[in-house]
Amino acid sequence: MRLAWLAPRVYSARAMDLAAVLMLEILNGVATLVLISVGLAIIFGMMRVINLAHGEFLMLGGYAAIVATNHGVNIWIAMLVVAPLVVGVIGVIAERVIIRVLYGRMIDTLLATWGLSLFFIGLVTTIFGNTVAGIGAPLGSVAIGRYTISVYRLVLVGIAAAILAVIFLVLRRTRLGLIARGTMENPNMAAALGVSPPRVYATTFGVGAALTGLAGGLLAPISGVLPTVGAAYVAKAFITVISGGTAILAGTAAAAGLFGTVNQLLTYFTTPVIGEAGLLAAAILLLRVLPHGITGKLFRGSL
Amino acid sequence: MSDAVLQTVGLSIRFGGVEAVRGVDFALAERELRCLIGPNGAGKSTLFKLLTGQLKPTAGRILFRGHDITGHHTHAIARRGIGIKTQVPSLFDGLTVREHLWLSARRTNPAERTRAIVDEIMERIGLTALADGAVGQLSHGLRQWVELGTVLAGNPELILLDEPAAGMTHDEVARTAELVREINRTHALIVVEHDMQFVKMIARTVTVMHQGAVLVEDTMDRILKNATVRDVYLGKHGGA
Amino acid sequence: MSSRRPSPGVVLTTAAMVAIAVGVPQVVDQFGLLQLTVFASMCILALSLGFVWGYGGILCFGQSAFFGLGGYTYAVTAIDLGESTLAMVLAVVVPAVFAALLGYFMFYGRLSDVYLGVITLSVTLIFFNLMNSTAGDAYRVGKARLNGFNGMPSLPTLNVPGDPGRLLDPAETFYLVMAFLIIVYVGLHVLLASHFGRVVVAIRENETRCELLGYDVRLHKLLVFAIGGGIAGLAGGLFANWGAFVSPNVFSLTMTSQIIIWVIVGGLGTLLGPIIGCLIMQYLATTLGTQQVANTSLIFGIIFLAFVLLVPRGIVPSLRRLGARAVGPARVREPA
Repeated sequence: MRLAWLAPRVYSARAMDLAAVLMLEILNGVATLVLISVGLAIIFGMMRVINLAHGEFLMLGGYAAIVATNHGVNIWIAMLVVAPLVVGVIGVIAERVIIRVLYGRMIDTLLATWGLSLFFIGLVTTIFGNTVAGIGAPLGSVAIGRYTISVYRLVLVGIAAAILAVIFLVLRRTRLGLIARGTMENPNMAAALGVSPPRVYATTFGVGAALTGLAGGLLAPISGVLPTVGAAYVAKAFITVISGGTAILAGTAAAAGLFGTVNQLLTYFTTPVIGEAGLLAAAILLLRVLPHGITGKLFRGSL
Repeated sequence: MSDAVLQTVGLSIRFGGVEAVRGVDFALAERELRCLIGPNGAGKSTLFKLLTGQLKPTAGRILFRGHDITGHHTHAIARRGIGIKTQVPSLFDGLTVREHLWLSARRTNPAERTRAIVDEIMERIGLTALADGAVGQLSHGLRQWVELGTVLAGNPELILLDEPAAGMTHDEVARTAELVREINRTHALIVVEHDMQFVKMIARTVTVMHQGAVLVEDTMDRILKNATVRDVYLGKHGGA
Repeated sequence: MSSRRPSPGVVLTTAAMVAIAVGVPQVVDQFGLLQLTVFASMCILALSLGFVWGYGGILCFGQSAFFGLGGYTYAVTAIDLGESTLAMVLAVVVPAVFAALLGYFMFYGRLSDVYLGVITLSVTLIFFNLMNSTAGDAYRVGKARLNGFNGMPSLPTLNVPGDPGRLLDPAETFYLVMAFLIIVYVGLHVLLASHFGRVVVAIRENETRCELLGYDVRLHKLLVFAIGGGIAGLAGGLFANWGAFVSPNVFSLTMTSQIIIWVIVGGLGTLLGPIIGCLIMQYLATTLGTQQVANTSLIFGIIFLAFVLLVPRGIVPSLRRLGARAVGPARVREPA
């Protein structure tokens, strides 16, 4: 194995560029996983609701962003404001009308959210048809030696990190966050203290949905949207969140970090399909070693 | 001790910085009924879980009839002939009383024999009238008895009971004491208990725990008169 | 304790299945017969998950992995040997062994509920991804090329054991599939009534108590999982035979979700439920698939939502409750 290029005195500019690009690819992969998972981390992590329509929330966010952009809205506003707003509202409605009825009934929730998923796919197909809608990625690209990398992808890394930071701060430092965490731990106690658990659930679900919509909007320029694009994301999102364990932010970030790295490395050296398989295999091995996810049971209630 | 049914040697378990059970040396003789008492946090339940295999010790050994069972899986320990009743009754809510006893007895008996054993145990505990009702519907006291019967049906050599009288009415406590004494005629028992009334009804030898270690082991009468024990219960005693 | 007499529901269902097996080829045309053959194969698949999840309490989100493995094993073996008997046997054995290994990996690692779901889901998706990338001549087992996302066409179909030239006609294939369905249905009931089966149900109720009674819970779960895997593999082999074709879609998210939906719709905790759920969903999929009025997904979505809000326990348990109310008080619960 030619390790000579690691030797400090003999370095090749191309190898350094490659390493840099690889690093950025990995960061991008991790960021993508974080984006698609963080909404689910809140909904599943805090409420233990298995929302099988998660992929469709992503899809709806993408469509919201694209439709808004095509109607003249600035692309950043479309992605950062319109998409989360639209999906957030949809989430709140879904929670009130359907999910709320089924708290504690996992199997019914599975069926209902699956139904919701199909409903959205059908609705969007009926309205927009089966073709791929797209918008170009803003910000162009930058060159690193011989390689070009899209600036937008780098920005996504920053946005993902910012989202994690904001959620952490809100949950840890604000009254809203405290109420949410308290209600999740012990709804009866929270009610005794004057908090309305149904309100908190609706808000939390809505926030989770909004974050997912945001992710969908942000990813739309990269992957385009089909009504069925959700399926590509939902399994990975669940696997990431659950493998992360009970600490919703730290766990998701750690799992995304691990899986994203494995995925991108394998994708680079072999094929994207092998990269996918590698991510899945990593999840399996991780859970075998840590049967309750990375952050395990010990971090219950923490972030 | 070659005739010890159960023996522990220097048994300890440490959780982070806290040693919940410290160097416990314990021995139970054939057909002995030992009560394990102590104030809250003394380590009784932890010791119980060590004996049942639900926790693995960080030091020391557990011997059952001379066989080392330290760190073995719970089901392996149960297979050796140790019957276990947990603090919160652990039952199959959707199954009937008869089905409970059947499952317990069937593991070590052929089908024909199992029927007879089940009927016999139900008689003994007094559950025959409830045989075909779902256990989930029963009151707490009855659930405790169902669990007792279930344990018995497996014909264990040693029975470990964790708070068998918890949450029972006075009459139920008396009946349970009667049952325990009756079981003790043929089986060795270790009973962890809080309820001193109950303990007085059944106890012969008692082990008092305090802060993870054995404070004193003696007959019930002498324990009741022991000033150190009293202080420990009243919180006056600093350490063992 | 194990009842001498099988429950009337089971006897009735078995009789109905026998009647269908015998009667249908007389009255239904070839096309209908082929449809019913694949429906019946899917019912076997539904039973596998109904057993593993409804009775074993194992949340398997990747049952399609064993289904697909059965299908591909049949494909490869049939092509390489030119004879279908061993192919069908292996279609059962290979997934069962794989399930046993996966089960060992999971249950002896103390994995449970959601985490189990994640691992099983990952397994089927790994298969999906791997099989999708096996296009090209390099990927072959003996004579059989795996063909990646294109799938493996023109598979040899079932022949009379020992006589490769004599293929089964549609009626005979239907008889065979129905026979398998009946054997699996009755067999699972017998298993559930046995000592082993009772322990399995008890494990689902309270694992700890089972351990305290001396039963090795991990081993029991492993065996349940392996049996379920074998049954799913059988369905996979039959499915591959039905279309003389198998593709990586047998491992897909869609496939594994469908199986779960069948079981939920029909009723978790019964054996008849998954069969009914499967039949209804399959029938709906084919009839709705051909109409052009509204988008299929949309209709299904509305159906599921309505279903959850109106028939919460699944079809068979709900019907049973209605029936019980009509007939009189009955036992708290009784597996079908």
